[in-house]
Amino acid sequence: MIAYLIRRILYAVPILIGVNLLTFALFFVVNTPDDMARMQLGIKRVTPEAIEKWKQQRGYDKPLFVNSAAGGTDQLTDTIFWQKSASMFVFDFGYSDDGRSIGREIAKRMGPSLAIALPTFLIGLVVYVSFALLMTLFRATALDMAGVALCVLLMSVSGLFYIIGGQFVVSKLWHLVPISGYAGGADSFKFVVLPILIGVAGGIGSSSRWYRTIFLEEIGKDYVRTARAKGLSELRVLFTHVLKNAMIPILTGVVVVIPLLFMGSLLTESFFGIPGLGSYTIDAINAQDFSVVRAMVFLGSVLYIVGLILTDISYTAVDPRVRLQ
Amino acid sequence: MSFQLVFLWSDKLIFLLLAVAVATAIYVRRHEHLLLPWKRVAKNGVAMVSLLVLSLFLLVGLLDTLHFRSALPQTGGGEKVYSPEVLSVFDTLVGPLRTHTEKTYSEPFALTLYAKESMTDAHGNILRDYPRLQYGGAHLADVSQRTADVAKRALIGGGLGLLVGLLSFYLTHRTVRCTSGCDLAVSIATLLLTTFIGAVVSLATVYHVLGTDKVGQDVLYLSLKSIRTGLIIGTVTTLVTLPLALFLGVAAGYFRGWVDDLIQYLYTVLSSIPSVLLIAAAVLMMQVTLDTHPDWFDTAAARADMRLVALCLILGLTSWTGLCRLLRGETLKLREMEYIQAAQAFGVSSLRILTRHIMPNVMHIILIALVMDFSALVLAEAVLSYVGVGVDPSMISFGTMINAARLEMGREPMVWWALAAAFGFMLVLVLAANLFADAVRDAFDPRLNRTETAT
Amino acid sequence: MSLLKVDKLVTRLRNGAAIVDGISFDIAAGETFALLGESGCGKSMTALSLMRLLPDGVTNAGGAVAMDGANLFDLPERSMREVRGGRMAMIFQEPGLSLNPVMTVGAQIAEVLALHHDLKGAAATARCIELLGQVGIPDAARRVDEYPFQLSGGMKQRVMIAMALAGSPKLLIADEPTTALDVTIQAQVLQLLRETQDGLGMAMLLITHDLGVVAENAHRVGVMYAGQIVEQATREQLFARPLHPYTQKLFAALPDARRGGQPLSAIPGSVPPLGSITQGCRFALRCDKAWVLCREQTPEWAIVEGRGVRCHLYRSAEERVLSAESPRDSDRTLGTQHSALKSQHSALLQVSDLRVHFPIRKGILQRVVGQVKAVDGVSLSIPQGRTLALVGESGCGKTTLGKALLRLLPATAGSVQFAGKELIGTDAARSTMQMVFQDPYASLNPKMRVAEILEEGMSALNIGGDSAARQAHIDGLLDKVGLARDSKWRYPHEFSGGQRQRIAIARALAVSPQLLICDEPTSALDVSVQAQILNLLKSLQDELGLSYLFITHNLAVVEYLAHEVCVMYLGRIVERGATAEVLRAPRHPYTQALLSAVPRIDGAGREYVKLEGDLPSPANPPAGCHFAPRCAKRMDACAAYPAETELSATHIVRCHLYDRKD
Repeated sequence: MIAYLIRRILYAVPILIGVNLLTFALFFVVNTPDDMARMQLGIKRVTPEAIEKWKQQRGYDKPLFVNSAAGGTDQLTDTIFWQKSASMFVFDFGYSDDGRSIGREIAKRMGPSLAIALPTFLIGLVVYVSFALLMTLFRATALDMAGVALCVLLMSVSGLFYIIGGQFVVSKLWHLVPISGYAGGADSFKFVVLPILIGVAGGIGSSSRWYRTIFLEEIGKDYVRTARAKGLSELRVLFTHVLKNAMIPILTGVVVVIPLLFMGSLLTESFFGIPGLGSYTIDAINAQDFSVVRAMVFLGSVLYIVGLILTDISYTAVDPRVRLQ
Repeated sequence: MSFQLVFLWSDKLIFLLLAVAVATAIYVRRHEHLLLPWKRVAKNGVAMVSLLVLSLFLLVGLLDTLHFRSALPQTGGGEKVYSPEVLSVFDTLVGPLRTHTEKTYSEPFALTLYAKESMTDAHGNILRDYPRLQYGGAHLADVSQRTADVAKRALIGGGLGLLVGLLSFYLTHRTVRCTSGCDLAVSIATLLLTTFIGAVVSLATVYHVLGTDKVGQDVLYLSLKSIRTGLIIGTVTTLVTLPLALFLGVAAGYFRGWVDDLIQYLYTVLSSIPSVLLIAAAVLMMQVTLDTHPDWFDTAAARADMRLVALCLILGLTSWTGLCRLLRGETLKLREMEYIQAAQAFGVSSLRILTRHIMPNVMHIILIALVMDFSALVLAEAVLSYVGVGVDPSMISFGTMINAARLEMGREPMVWWALAAAFGFMLVLVLAANLFADAVRDAFDPRLNRTETAT
Repeated sequence: MSLLKVDKLVTRLRNGAAIVDGISFDIAAGETFALLGESGCGKSMTALSLMRLLPDGVTNAGGAVAMDGANLFDLPERSMREVRGGRMAMIFQEPGLSLNPVMTVGAQIAEVLALHHDLKGAAATARCIELLGQVGIPDAARRVDEYPFQLSGGMKQRVMIAMALAGSPKLLIADEPTTALDVTIQAQVLQLLRETQDGLGMAMLLITHDLGVVAENAHRVGVMYAGQIVEQATREQLFARPLHPYTQKLFAALPDARRGGQPLSAIPGSVPPLGSITQGCRFALRCDKAWVLCREQTPEWAIVEGRGVRCHLYRSAEERVLSAESPRDSDRTLGTQHSALKSQHSALLQVSDLRVHFPIRKGILQRVVGQVKAVDGVSLSIPQGRTLALVGESGCGKTTLGKALLRLLPATAGSVQFAGKELIGTDAARSTMQMVFQDPYASLNPKMRVAEILEEGMSALNIGGDSAARQAHIDGLLDKVGLARDSKWRYPHEFSGGQRQRIAIARALAVSPQLLICDEPTSALDVSVQAQILNLLKSLQDELGLSYLFITHNLAVVEYLAHEVCVMYLGRIVERGATAEVLRAPRHPYTQALLSAVPRIDGAGREYVKLEGDLPSPANPPAGCHFAPRCAKRMDACAAYPAETELSATHIVRCHLYDRKD
């Protein structure tokens, strides 16, 4: 089992290198730094000097991979690739266009992101699984049909609608909580409660339906029949037998997103003015701040890979076949 | 009036897709076992009603895909000059909707603008009041007549629609027969739809049924135009996803070894980047490229269109991984099937095994994945456009509509109709697609149809 | 006084088709009642109806089930739960799927104890261990904390039995309890069931398709066909003289050596789809004694000589047709020994020292740490026109051997010569050897028409001439395997299992091979259909001079079909010889155990060689003689793998018992 985990972790290294190369190619090879400068400075009135200055300010005036002008190891290190891309492996993200340290900004904004994303995730999981269990318990009855119909309806509604509609009803009509904003400490509750509720509501349709499918698949298996033949009640069968086995496919989809909770949600944060990583990313996209976007892409994939490893570890907890072999 | 046909990139891709779809349909019709699951779909009333709604959307989208530039009035014998404005057949069909633009916002069925303005009356007095709309309800003397007029027009239009529906019914029902079960549901839905459309058409000629937006464009027109964008995002993307996922997935599963390792590595790398971020990064880069090469396009429409096609390309390149993984898994299972081994025992070549044995047996997965993805893509377009990495801001789409309307959320009284229209149209489209996708999945999933195939 | 009384039980599908149609029987305490029938006849649904555990879409539509006087169908669900697992327990066909994979064995048994005996904690654990010991699981105290995947198939079925016994049931329903197990394990499990029943005085409802299992275990038998019991009798009555034509046919369809080269009396056609026959006798279509009345009027249940039968032949004692003689008598009257194509007995296929090893990878770097020696030095030869049977339990490497011969798997070492030409390492001569696979549902591509399936080999190997010639050839093939010519335009899903197997045989024959490797070609088929396929294979051999390598675990089929037998154990052949030699006078202790484990319909008078434990993993075979750890006659010499000993010109065994003393 230990060897299995070590192998999974080692497998992450080439993946991250691949992500790094891919983002580098996307940001520096598809378009040259000159193109970016021209675009940022306005295409019409731009002098070569201005472009050079723009590049120099940001350290984009170096060669891409090999600096033949430099000597020794500098040939490799004094390049855009080394300084902008490879450096991200030690979480050195450099500076954004407005001159702030991206690393520090990320550290600062993780808190608010997590304050929304973590409760959304946890409450959501409980709600979705309960709803799915309920539908499973009443499978093939009118209640189940209605539940599925509701799920399909809910998942056909745009995510934007939940946010806009929620803001309109709860904040504007009922004046229960502020429309947007954020404060630290105890005050934060009134700011986070609506985004959390909306986040949970937005996922009910697809998630509950997905879990219901998993439960139904399990409930058709032979061991469930054995459990019923023992004389267990349907509820006991569902909770002790089906749920335990269904955890395996559920975990596959769930654990992997846990680290990504740090990244927050793009939509929710920008609509509610939460100063988290999601709104940071959106602002960067709108301002075309490439360094920030690049940093977020890399951070996102690191977190995803951590999620994959966590998934593997969680398997060992729920599946004896993985644990003991 | 003479005109010049215009084929935008997205038009060509749509026609390509249409050709593929028609060819597939003909092929399927000739093969009983391929037709079988479709017959199961046809028995499903909900699915057929959804299909009806979807085909209406598709019709609008296709009409909106036939583009042309009309010739400008000749200014004395010279060469023909075409208008820089690219129009579609749909634009000409709904002519008044497009041309009847007001000054700014107006509510649905309003006779007046949304905001008060200073006006001079006949006596030269300046007063502040809601100005009358130029087109919306212009035939009425004042508001008090509106309710009766709306009701009258709706009734006439609806009645005509019903009549058309019944007539088409009468004409087609003898030849196009539903196998069973769905008859009633589809018939009722058809009549309801024709009645509804009739009423809307009749009203839309004199009112702004869904109001107008900031620059006075009819919201109904905008919503209908958005359909094409949504359809393109939802379908053209598959042109990229499908071959990538199919060939890589099947190759990885069948050949295993280093081919499998390489393909798995590729899709793990791609899928490890959160998709919104990857799309955002790619779209930003695409924007830089398009912005630095303004000389590539002769019209603004062509440019916006290129951006749309590029967006589909990016969405396709970032979203093939899931399907690929699925196909790889299925191929791994299939390659152990005894009929594959029987073929290998004859020395049948790998290529032939892939095309004759494996691909036909994973087609149901592809189909299910494609219909399921469609609605997700339509929804994604709105989100991406909101984030700023979607379609060109000048292109009419659900995303741009929502984005524009959202800014007016704070106004009192609220400008709700544009948002409502965009969300409503999207809901109907996505809901129909989801319901249809469910029926397709139920009909094609071999696990759900075991009893029928076993006997 | 009967413990369980089932009266006119009816079970329907949602569309109204009756899958169980008016079944009545009763079981007394301490008695075993067997429900015998082919797949799809409704026997499992009968059992599930009794437990009120019918799957979604199947509902009970009438009848009564009385247990201890109480009607089970009238009980509220809460009381029924006390019956389930308490008074009435059930074990299922697939022990591998019937246990919860993520719960320990002990926890699963403890659930029953807590529910029905209110036993918890240490007392429950102690009882679990006791139960596991009772069903013959060695080292029960340790096993109680293990998960199902750590146990072998036989062990899992023992756990299922322990779980069923935990509630101290009065009735045990065993639904094909040994069908998924190997014969030696089947013998162990059946013996355990018999012993437990004797010890506890339980009643047992045994559901099976295997006449042998019935013969050795049941006291009374109900024969089911298409949702009805067509005949009910004591075991002695039934085996002495079956009354219903269907039962008679079932007996006649069983292959065994006595009938030598004669065709088996197969039942034409296959079991009708559920609910398709509403009028007349359900067996009429396949019955050679049927007359007009059989198709028009459903026969009533008749009591004949103290046993029940549902057939117009026995409407009343006077009208009884006495021609219902025992099938075994009729066999002997047909006496002409068939004359097979006399072959020259020079080897067509010569395999020597063939090895197929699979690497085992482990650790961080996935290094090769060992080999699974699936086939480990096998030599055999098959002359033209002869059948060599390869016998062994699952996991012994027999299928791997077959695939290696066809070069579907790479051989690690050794040589395979076909008509003198070496095949290993080349891609030549693919047409000379072909394979017929086990599962007719998996061996035909569902997306191809029969004609395309049959043509594939010809086009891949570039034989069969132009397309017209090929079509003619395909027509000929369909004639040969007994299918209508127009079936070539149809798709596999339109055919029944037996018909599909015919298509698979035609596909193999399409390239005119000289040798067919048949990998358990009848194990997925019902007995009546199995006979059809065996007859076909036999007649094709006579007609075309084909050689067969017949891979099977079914010794009755071997007796019927094979000229020579090889017995395989853990990748090696432990005994080989002419069929009569090996099956009548087996020498290797494993062969002896294997033979004695097969349930026989003539049951009596054989010595049962009990085999301990399970087949060891081929990744880590026991040192020395692989069989020694399970062998009752093991001795010191078994520490070394025995060499071949020639017992006769044809009979060879690998066992130290027969070592030459000189």
